[in-house]
Amino acid sequence: MATLLTVEDLKVTFSTKFGQVNAVNNISFTMNEGEILAVVGESGSGKSVTALSILQLLAKNGRIRNGVVSFGDHNLVTMPEGEMRKVRGAEISMIFQDPMSCLNPVFTVEYQMEEVLRFHKKEMSREQRHSRMIEMLELVQISNPEQRLKQYPHELSGGMRQRVMIAISLLCQPKLLIADEPTTALDVTIQAQIVNLIKELSRQLHTSVMLITHNLGMVAGMADRVQVMYGGEIVETAPIDVIFYGSRHPYTSGLLKALPKPNMGDEPLHPIPGSTPDLLLDHIGCMFYERCDYAMECCRDLTPPKYRISSDHMAKCWRCHPDFSETAEEKEVREAR
Amino acid sequence: MNQRVLLEVSELKKYFLIKKDEGLFSQTVPLKAVDGVSFTLHENETLGLVGESGCGKTTLGRTVIRLYEPTGGSIVFDGQEIADLSAKELLPSRRKMHMIFQDPYSSLSPRMNVTEIISESMENDASIGPRERKDRVLELLALVGLNSDHANRFPHEFSGGQRQRIGIARSLAANPKFIVCDEPISALDVSIQAQVVNLLKEIQESHNVAYLFIAHDLSMVQYISDRIGVMYMGHLVELASSSTLMQHPLHPYAQALISSIPVADPHTERTKTRIAISGEIPSLINPPSGCAFRTRCPRVGTLCDQVTPELKEIDADHHVACHLYDK
Repeated sequence: MATLLTVEDLKVTFSTKFGQVNAVNNISFTMNEGEILAVVGESGSGKSVTALSILQLLAKNGRIRNGVVSFGDHNLVTMPEGEMRKVRGAEISMIFQDPMSCLNPVFTVEYQMEEVLRFHKKEMSREQRHSRMIEMLELVQISNPEQRLKQYPHELSGGMRQRVMIAISLLCQPKLLIADEPTTALDVTIQAQIVNLIKELSRQLHTSVMLITHNLGMVAGMADRVQVMYGGEIVETAPIDVIFYGSRHPYTSGLLKALPKPNMGDEPLHPIPGSTPDLLLDHIGCMFYERCDYAMECCRDLTPPKYRISSDHMAKCWRCHPDFSETAEEKEVREAR
Repeated sequence: MNQRVLLEVSELKKYFLIKKDEGLFSQTVPLKAVDGVSFTLHENETLGLVGESGCGKTTLGRTVIRLYEPTGGSIVFDGQEIADLSAKELLPSRRKMHMIFQDPYSSLSPRMNVTEIISESMENDASIGPRERKDRVLELLALVGLNSDHANRFPHEFSGGQRQRIGIARSLAANPKFIVCDEPISALDVSIQAQVVNLLKEIQESHNVAYLFIAHDLSMVQYISDRIGVMYMGHLVELASSSTLMQHPLHPYAQALISSIPVADPHTERTKTRIAISGEIPSLINPPSGCAFRTRCPRVGTLCDQVTPELKEIDADHHVACHLYDK
């Protein structure tokens, strides 16, 4: 598969009145054409900031300290704003968490959809634009598209608005769609509809999707590859089955273990102790050290390097060091998972 | 279950009057948020309540502890009818019930310190003196996994999970028998959710409380609940033991709801069949005739638009409101 997007050594900080927050710390990853990459992590792990840095949409107090985002032949970090505008919405587009606040309440659906085409597809005639909009609304399974075009966002339900957002984001057939918690604000039955829709459209239109979420269930049903983030770092990357059945980072396995399983009976859940790290402070050693069941002395003082376990599996944990040998007991526990 | 019945709710109704149309000739119409719900809750039991937003689960929880005035029906709590008691008559029962709210950020007053927050509900209790109150606060803090250093801090100094612990300590201050947990974990991070759920379970064992656990995360509800009720548009459509409901749901809505929960296991996700339901929840102001779910139901029959199905016991402890199971 060809590479679509490469992020190298990206570091993003925010200056706040409490000091500098290191939101994303030197992360590197690639995305392939046509794949669905899930970015998983808790709030504050840097997953949304990563997405916003790709699109150069960081808030005013946010700054990309270093790093390269290569998309095609371009580096998006150094791209001038005028050029960047041509990329946003046309080549890379984004769906946000809250469909209630992403559509402009004072314009009709038609106006907001047409705006994208008028800007990016200047060669299109009015009729072409109209038929394209109808086509997209049908693709996202909205009934009576002609009538919906004339409506305002408040006349649509939450699920319907999210469908409109997806239709808008796919109007120009982008190569990359970033979906930031696309179903969090929706009900379970609607969630399933939207997830299936995004998955189907990605296959149909050959669009890569970067799915940002904390819902591991959704990841299991949708993603090809998973990237786990913690405290502004990527701690593990692997294909979907490896993450769920053979993860090597204690945080990944901790997240999976914390979920309730059917037939658990009265057995207590296995939470990860403690809470997420404070990114205002400078951290030395492993970010997960304080909460880790397997922490060793070296984890406190030395930042673990990225270990390649196989060609597509990376984990940032000292336990993956070639000289590390786990005790028989630990091995049993790991394999029992 | 051979435990004593703590709470018996029958035909409970809560209608909100809302304005239809604007202007001079506007009419008020009832919005039937909870429409004839009946269930019982035993001592030391957890009843889970699930459903989509707007189905009335929060309203039901609040009406049961009389935060909302019920429009009709009866609530028998600990052997006493409380649905029509005056505020003063209600006080002794009030102490025995409490609530944990969804949002740990807005449910704690930012101007009160932890001690004040927790001891507030003990203030009306003359049997507890000021010194005892202080001891009790420290005891409760230890119970929820916070320490005595935290007693004089303010809510903004805590993380979401810690705040929810403070909310739990507050709800336990007056030694309640019944706590309504309204989405207590949905605002928390995944790794913290399990901590709070474990805490709630421990407290249930040590303090003998019954929970009405409202949530939309079905896997967590299944884990914590003994029985689960599924709500749709103000009606209870299915009520069964937690394992029965998750494995053999009978109501088409419950079936669709359960099949649409994503499972964190790629093999299961690839092989399972989803029962898709089309469309969205109809308007509560103008609900469909007969069964409220008939507009989205994949197995709709001839009777469904005429007769509202009642909640009937199909199997031992398995109640369903659907014409498919009429005998």
